[in-house]
Amino acid sequence: MSNKKTPLSTWTRRDVLKASAASTAIAGAPMFFSRHAYGADFLNAPTGDTVTLGFNVPQSGPYADEGADELRAFELAVEHLNGEGDGGMMNTLQPSALKGNGILGKKVAYVTGDTQTKSDAARASAKRMIEKDGVVMVSGGSSSGVAIAVQGLCQEAGVIFMAGLTHSNDTTGKDRKANGFRHFFNGYMSGAALGPVLEKAYGTDRRAYHLTADYTWGWTQEASVQASTEAIGWSTEQKVLTPVGAGDFSQYITPILNSEADTLILNHYGKDMINSLTQAVQFGLRDKQVNGKDFQIIVPLYSRLMAQGAGDNVKGIYGSTNWHWSLEDEGSKAFVKSFGAKFGNPPSQAAHTCYVQTLLYADAAERAGTFEPCQLGKALEGHKFDGMGNGPTEYRAEDHQCFKDVLVVKGKDNPSSQFDLLEIVEITPRAQVEYAHDHEMFAGGDLGSCNNGA
Amino acid sequence: MDAILLQILNGLDKGAAYALIALGLTLVFGTLGVVNFAHGAIFMLGAFCAVTFNRVLSMSTKVRDESITAFEAYKEVPILAAKFPVAGPVILDYSVPLALIVAIPIMLLLGLAMERGLVRHFYKRPHADQILVTFGLAIILQEIIKHYFGANPIPQSAPSTFAGSANIGAMFGLGDNLVYPWWRLIYLAFSVTIIGAVFAFLQFTTFGMVVRAGMQDREMVGMLGINIQRRFSIVFGLAAVVAGMAGVMYTPILPPDYHMGMDFLVLSFVVVVVGGMGSLGGAVLAGFLLGILQSFASMNEVKSIIPGIDQIIIYLVAVVVLLVLPRGLLGRKGVMEE
Repeated sequence: MSNKKTPLSTWTRRDVLKASAASTAIAGAPMFFSRHAYGADFLNAPTGDTVTLGFNVPQSGPYADEGADELRAFELAVEHLNGEGDGGMMNTLQPSALKGNGILGKKVAYVTGDTQTKSDAARASAKRMIEKDGVVMVSGGSSSGVAIAVQGLCQEAGVIFMAGLTHSNDTTGKDRKANGFRHFFNGYMSGAALGPVLEKAYGTDRRAYHLTADYTWGWTQEASVQASTEAIGWSTEQKVLTPVGAGDFSQYITPILNSEADTLILNHYGKDMINSLTQAVQFGLRDKQVNGKDFQIIVPLYSRLMAQGAGDNVKGIYGSTNWHWSLEDEGSKAFVKSFGAKFGNPPSQAAHTCYVQTLLYADAAERAGTFEPCQLGKALEGHKFDGMGNGPTEYRAEDHQCFKDVLVVKGKDNPSSQFDLLEIVEITPRAQVEYAHDHEMFAGGDLGSCNNGA
Repeated sequence: MDAILLQILNGLDKGAAYALIALGLTLVFGTLGVVNFAHGAIFMLGAFCAVTFNRVLSMSTKVRDESITAFEAYKEVPILAAKFPVAGPVILDYSVPLALIVAIPIMLLLGLAMERGLVRHFYKRPHADQILVTFGLAIILQEIIKHYFGANPIPQSAPSTFAGSANIGAMFGLGDNLVYPWWRLIYLAFSVTIIGAVFAFLQFTTFGMVVRAGMQDREMVGMLGINIQRRFSIVFGLAAVVAGMAGVMYTPILPPDYHMGMDFLVLSFVVVVVGGMGSLGGAVLAGFLLGILQSFASMNEVKSIIPGIDQIIIYLVAVVVLLVLPRGLLGRKGVMEE
């Protein structure tokens, strides 16, 4: 039997106490020197003098044009955050913790990805950004299917997702996530804003026929607009789902001619809306009379880029939009000036929301004093701000949805330029488009707990 | 009844577009044995010939605005309208059909350049190589168009005379709801004419006879001292012209964008396969058949019985046809069976 002592057995009680004290001191030192030093314990914590953001947008597919404009906006936002250019809306954001020296003193770098307007490609692209490029935040959107898929991925991975153009109720409804935040408005808000305007323009006795893009955004917008039009006394004649990117919608349009409907509601966006509206006009729907009323077409979610694509066909058609470049507030003017000078055309609503989201992320990081997703998210929750083109806005804590005024627009009859295609009919106040976070159209969702990826 | 007639018209219209593209694909496959995935891109380039032609015609210049005397004011006036006040606006109005005059030589040259410059190097290579290289070419062509014209669709107007809808119901004493856009009817007539012309060309000209002989037995025609390769190169150019013309005339129906060719390509390949590889008649028959079936499958009554049928009908029919007739509807024995 050996009586050889193990190294541990040579330790005295005093040695153990000294070692414990030393370990505690080492572990606690960063906490002592820096309030947020424990924040380094999160995924992709920036270690050098740069911080990388990931911009994941559709560069191909039916929403490619929106994606291209989103990318321009991201580029401009990064430029402004790094103290270059004229600063754009950094000068109008109130309150603001932005300093124009990057974020938390780190220069902002970015990587881009092509979502191809497909959820699987978008997730693969975002995954690459998180795992390979080490991004701390992913932004982007178009479509909502893509946004929801990427939001889910960011939640699992532990980075912040600042949604770009996504209008489905589900993004901050049943698919809401603690790591995801949306500045853009949603289908419910479009319906709530449009209802009274449609009542005033077309009365209370109409029969609506819906053509709807067959995915989350189309479904929720259809439900929202159906609810708001039925609330003003309209009936719903038929609801037809159409595939995304169908190109030729003639086979879906001709049955409308033989129905009793006197109003067509196009729950289409991007290239699909351009095609379906153009074809609906070609089939003479706007020249048609049903039950003694002029046939009308409504496009609940409008964008200037779409209006440009659809040409004269948009004249007189009602819709809603998150923002329009012709707004006269200081924030909008600063952004349009900055964007126009750099790219030669006014920004779209997709560009606006992406720019705003990037600045809001940076501002939240400055206020939280860290990139740590959970603390940064807390800084965004319930945050009230102004000067970003939408008037006073609040990031509601319960569902991470921004609440602000909504624009109801109409295709201009006499545009003064190739960009001047929509006129603002009404700025619907926030109170009219607000809903409870557990409203039935948003029910079933749970933010869950924040994930910092550690 | 009106609904059914309208869906038949829709189907014929869709089928005409499929048939025109599939016809070109089959011509190239039947003669050169090449599976040309760039054929959809040629359709798209034809459409952009119309866009470019319209832009050239719409070029404007600044002229003195005589109505303002207080200061020197200028207004933008289209050059064409300024030089030809009567004919100019009419030419601009008819820019889409007139673009055919420009598109035909451009597409012919482009087709010949593609065949001589790239595709001929892949004649003896496996079909997989041909598909890869032509698919790559299609992507390059798409990106070039995207770079210069952007990603957004660019609407083109049909001549104002044909802008509205024809009240077919009133013409034939049927219901008032039987209306159909004039331009779609013209496109249908145009497609039928082009398909007829291609068949007549192959059937009734010496050139066509030689090409058909070459499709049957290339070696034997070569031994008779005929340069069949040169004729096949011209057929490639002709197929490009057919696709290009289809693209030009389709622009008022579907605002063209860089991706439109790819949208049609997959469906056209299904049409070729269902029709029978190498069979021109089969391509046309399958084009119209699938177009009509797709339209009927989109009817609310059908969709209420089988939800989503409109999105799978073409592929479902393809599966059934190929199970029953493995060579397609009018496929010949020995094609792609080595």
